[in-house]
Amino acid sequence: MGLLSDPVRRRALARLVLRLNAPLCVLSYVAGIAWFLALVFPPLTQRTYMSENAMGSTMVEEQFAGGDRARAFARDFAAHRKKSGALPVAWLERTMRSVGLEVYTQSFSRKLPFPDETHERYMVSGTNVYGILRAPRAASTESLVLTVPCGSDSTNSQAVGLLLALAAHFRGQIYWAKDIVFLVTEHDLLGTEAWLEAYHDVNVTGMQSSPLQGRAGAIQAAVALELSSDVVTSLDVAVEGLNGQLPNLDLLNLFQTFCQKGGLLCTLQGKGLQTLLLMVLRQASGRPHGSHGLFLRYRVEALTLRGINSFRQYKYDLVAVGKALEGMFRKLNHLLERLHQSFFLYLLPGLSRFVSIGLYMPAVGFLLLVLGLKALELWMQLHEAGMGLEEPGGAPGPSVPLPPSQAMGLALYVLPVLGQHVATQHFPVAEAEAVVLTLLAIYAAGLALPHNTHRVVSTQAPDRGWMALKLVALIYLALQLGCIALTNFSLGFLLATTMVPTAALAKPHGPRTLYAALLVLTSPAATLLGSLFLWRELQEAPLSLAEGWQLFLAALAQGVLEHHTYGALLFPLLSLGLYPCWLLFWNVLFWK
Amino acid sequence: MAAPLVLVLVVAVTVRAALFRSSLAEFISERVEVVSPLSSWKRVVEGLSLLDLGVSPYSGAVFHETPLIIYLFHFLIDYAELVFMITDALTAIALYFAIQDFNKVVFKKQKLLLELDQYAPDVAELIRTPMEMRYIPLKVALLQCFPQCYFSCLSDIPVSVPTHLVCPRTPLSPPAAVHTCENEEQSLLDLFLGVCHDVCGKPSGNHLPLLLPSQLLGFHPRSLWLYINVFFYTIPLAIKLKEHPIFFMFIQIAVIAIFKSYPTVGDVALYMAFFPVWNHLYRFLRNIFVLTCIIIVCSLLFPVLWHLWIYAGSANSNFFYAITLTFNVGQILLISDYFYAFLRREYYLTHGLYLTAKDGTEAMLVLK
Repeated sequence: MGLLSDPVRRRALARLVLRLNAPLCVLSYVAGIAWFLALVFPPLTQRTYMSENAMGSTMVEEQFAGGDRARAFARDFAAHRKKSGALPVAWLERTMRSVGLEVYTQSFSRKLPFPDETHERYMVSGTNVYGILRAPRAASTESLVLTVPCGSDSTNSQAVGLLLALAAHFRGQIYWAKDIVFLVTEHDLLGTEAWLEAYHDVNVTGMQSSPLQGRAGAIQAAVALELSSDVVTSLDVAVEGLNGQLPNLDLLNLFQTFCQKGGLLCTLQGKGLQTLLLMVLRQASGRPHGSHGLFLRYRVEALTLRGINSFRQYKYDLVAVGKALEGMFRKLNHLLERLHQSFFLYLLPGLSRFVSIGLYMPAVGFLLLVLGLKALELWMQLHEAGMGLEEPGGAPGPSVPLPPSQAMGLALYVLPVLGQHVATQHFPVAEAEAVVLTLLAIYAAGLALPHNTHRVVSTQAPDRGWMALKLVALIYLALQLGCIALTNFSLGFLLATTMVPTAALAKPHGPRTLYAALLVLTSPAATLLGSLFLWRELQEAPLSLAEGWQLFLAALAQGVLEHHTYGALLFPLLSLGLYPCWLLFWNVLFWK
Repeated sequence: MAAPLVLVLVVAVTVRAALFRSSLAEFISERVEVVSPLSSWKRVVEGLSLLDLGVSPYSGAVFHETPLIIYLFHFLIDYAELVFMITDALTAIALYFAIQDFNKVVFKKQKLLLELDQYAPDVAELIRTPMEMRYIPLKVALLQCFPQCYFSCLSDIPVSVPTHLVCPRTPLSPPAAVHTCENEEQSLLDLFLGVCHDVCGKPSGNHLPLLLPSQLLGFHPRSLWLYINVFFYTIPLAIKLKEHPIFFMFIQIAVIAIFKSYPTVGDVALYMAFFPVWNHLYRFLRNIFVLTCIIIVCSLLFPVLWHLWIYAGSANSNFFYAITLTFNVGQILLISDYFYAFLRREYYLTHGLYLTAKDGTEAMLVLK
C-alpha cells in the first residue's frame, strides 16, 4: 500500500505519469507490436507435443487399402449428383446400408434474412444423411464423427467416396470402443449446423429441422474432410472456428503425427510470420473456416482437412489420406475422457510450433496500457483543474454524446436487415445490396453526429468537457478491447493496433483535418477493409482497389448473414460496441 | 419529501414486476454472480417441497436456510414475488427514514460542537449544511432499490433478510449498541436491526454446511482463517469509531460483504447503497479513479470469464478466481480509502484545514 498511500511517492508517481506520458505511451505501443512480431522467432515458440497420455504412447498399424473402392464410390456419387442436382439421398442411404451402417436422414430448411449472393441461396432446404457404426462391445456412450460437407459449389465427391470406403473398412474391425458417425451434409455449413442443433437438442439459430431418429452418444471429436481431386500433393488443416474458438491443440498434434508417420505432406498456409498473420486474420474474422468450426461451440474438438492439388512433384492418392484418417480415428478411439490436457488458446506460427496464451497476452496488455496511461493523465489533469467526475457543474456537456452514439450503434445493428424491404421498394437494388448500402449509409451518417449534439452541449466549462468525455471513451474502449481480447485474442489485438493510437491522440486542438483523416482510417470499417487487403496480400493474390471494394461489400453482407445464421459475434461487437466508442472519439475531435 | 420517495417506490415495483415476467428472469436466476448456494430461491422451493413430502429439508446438501424461512415461506410461497417486492420496498422506506434521522442527529451534533468551539477556525468548507444533505435519503433509497432489483429480486430472497441471517450477527450488535447508547430517541435503523436480530433463527442457521466447493472463494474447511476476518475487525473498529456508529456499521457491512463465504452482487449493492451518505468525503478519497476502474473492469470480466470457463471450455477456473480476487482487492482498497477519508476529515475538523509545519511550509498528512 505504500505506493498508494504515501503522499511523497504519490506525488512522484503523478509527476512521472504527467510529464513522461507521451514517451511512455509510444514505448508501450511499440513494445506491444514488437512483442507480437517476436512471437515468430524460435526461442519464443515451443515445439508441439502430445499431452494426452491415452493418445501418446501406443502406435497403430494402418491397414486401409480401399483406394479403388473409394474412387468407385466417388465416381458413382458424382454421377448421381449431377443427375439429381442435389444430394443423392437415396443412393447414399443404399450405399451406407450396404456397407453395414445404421442409416438415418434429417431434413432441414432455413429462410435466410436476405439472399446470399456469394452462395446464391435464399430459401435453403436440404437433407443430411448419416450412418452410425455401432461399437461392437461398448455401450454407445461416446462417439466420433467423420463429416463431409457437400455444398452446391464444391461437390467434394472424392471425400464422400473416401468416407464410404473408410466406413466399409472400419466395419470389419472389432477394436472400436466408440460409435463412429459418418455424416454427409448438404449446403455445407447450414446442414452441419442443423445436424448439430438437432443432435444436441437445442435451437440457437432458428433453423427448422426434423428431429434425429438415431443418436450415438456424446461426441468426443470430429474430423471434416474436403477433397477436390483423386490425388493430393498436401493436406491443409484449418483450425479456426466460429468466433475465433480453437480446438484442443492435441487434435492438431495427432494429425501432424500421422502425417509424419505416413510421409504425407501436411501444411499450414505460409511460413513463419506469414502463417501467424494469416491465422490471426482468420481467427479475427470469427468465421467458421470449415464445418469443424460449428462443432467447437458444442465443446466437440474438431478439425478440417483439405486436400490440395498443386504443382508439386510427388502426389499421394486416396489410400494415403485414408491411412492417415484411419490412424487418427484409432488413436481417438483410445481416449478415456474429452481432450482437455493440451492448450485451448494458442497461436500457430507453423504446424509444429505454437505460442501459448501466457506468452502472447502481454502484447495486447501493452497496447491497452497506452489507454490506461492516457486515462490516468486525463484524470489527473481534470483533478488539478478542480473538476471531478462527480461534480455536476459541467456534467451535461461530457455525457451528452453518449446516448446518441449508442443509438447510432443500435441503428447500425438493427436497421439494415429490418429495413431492406423498404429500401428495395424505393430504390432499384437487390436485398443484399440494400442491406450493405444501408450499413454504409448509417455508418457515414454517424460522422455528422457532432454537428447535431453541439446545440445541446452547455457552454459551462467548455474546455474541460471534452476531457471528461475522452476519459469515459478511453475506459469504454479499454474495457471492450480487453473483453474481446480474452475471448478472441486476434480480434482484440487487430482492433487494438489500429484504434489505440488514434484514440489516444484525439483532441479538439491541433491539426483537426489530419486527426480526422487518421480517425476515419482507423475506424472499425476501415480496419476491416485494410485486413482484407492484407489477407489477400499474404495469400500472394493481391487485389486491386476496385476488387477490394467489391470484396469488402461482400464481406459486410457475409458478416451480417453469419450473425443471423450461425450466431457469429463480429457484427454485433463492431456495431453495438466498437462503433459507438469510435463515435465518442469522433465527438471529442470535433468538440467546440 | 414523501412524493419523490413514493415515485421511486412505484418505479422500482414496476421494474421488478416487468423483470419477473420477462425472459431475463430465467437467465439472471442462473447467473453465479447473483445466486449463491446460500441465497438461492430454487433451493428454498426445494426445501419446502421436501418438507411437504415429510423429509427433513436439511438432508441432502441443497437447502441452507434457517427454519424460520421455511415456516415463513410455507404460507407465502404462492405470493413469493409479492413478498420480495414488499420486503424490498420496506427496506428502502426504512433506510430512507433511518438516514433522514441520522442526518438530523449529525446536524445537531455538528451544531453542538460548533458552539462548544471544538472545531478549528478555518474549516468552514467542511461543515455540512442542510441543503446538501436534503437529497441524501432519497439517493440512498434509490440506490438500494435499483441495482438490487436488477439482480437480486429474481433469484434470491431479499438481501436484507438473509444477509443478516447467514452472516454472523454478532459483528453488527456493537454498532447498534453504541448507537442506542448515544441517542435518546430510538432511531428507525435500530428498529430495523433489532427486527433482523430477532428474526435470526435458531443456531442451525448460523452454521455453514458447505458441502459444495464455494464458487467464489474456494472455501475449504481449512480456510476458517479467512472467515475469522469477518469477526476480526469488529473490536478494533468499535474502539476507533465509538463516536460514529453509523460509519462503523457501514464499514462492518462492507467487511461482511467482502469476506462472506458466498458473496453475491446483492451484498455489494447493499453497502454501496450507503455511498450517498458519505458524499462529503469525496474530496479526501485518494484512489477513487483506480478503484472505480478496477471494480468496473472486474464486474465486466466476471461474465466473460465464466463463459470462457464453463461454456467455451477454453479457460479454466483459475481465470475466474483471479477476477474474484481482484474484485475483492478493489473492494478492500475502496473501503480502506473511505476509512482514511473519514479519519482525515475528522482530523481536519479539529486541527484546521490548512496545516503548516513548524517552518511555515504546507504540511502533509501521512497515515502511520
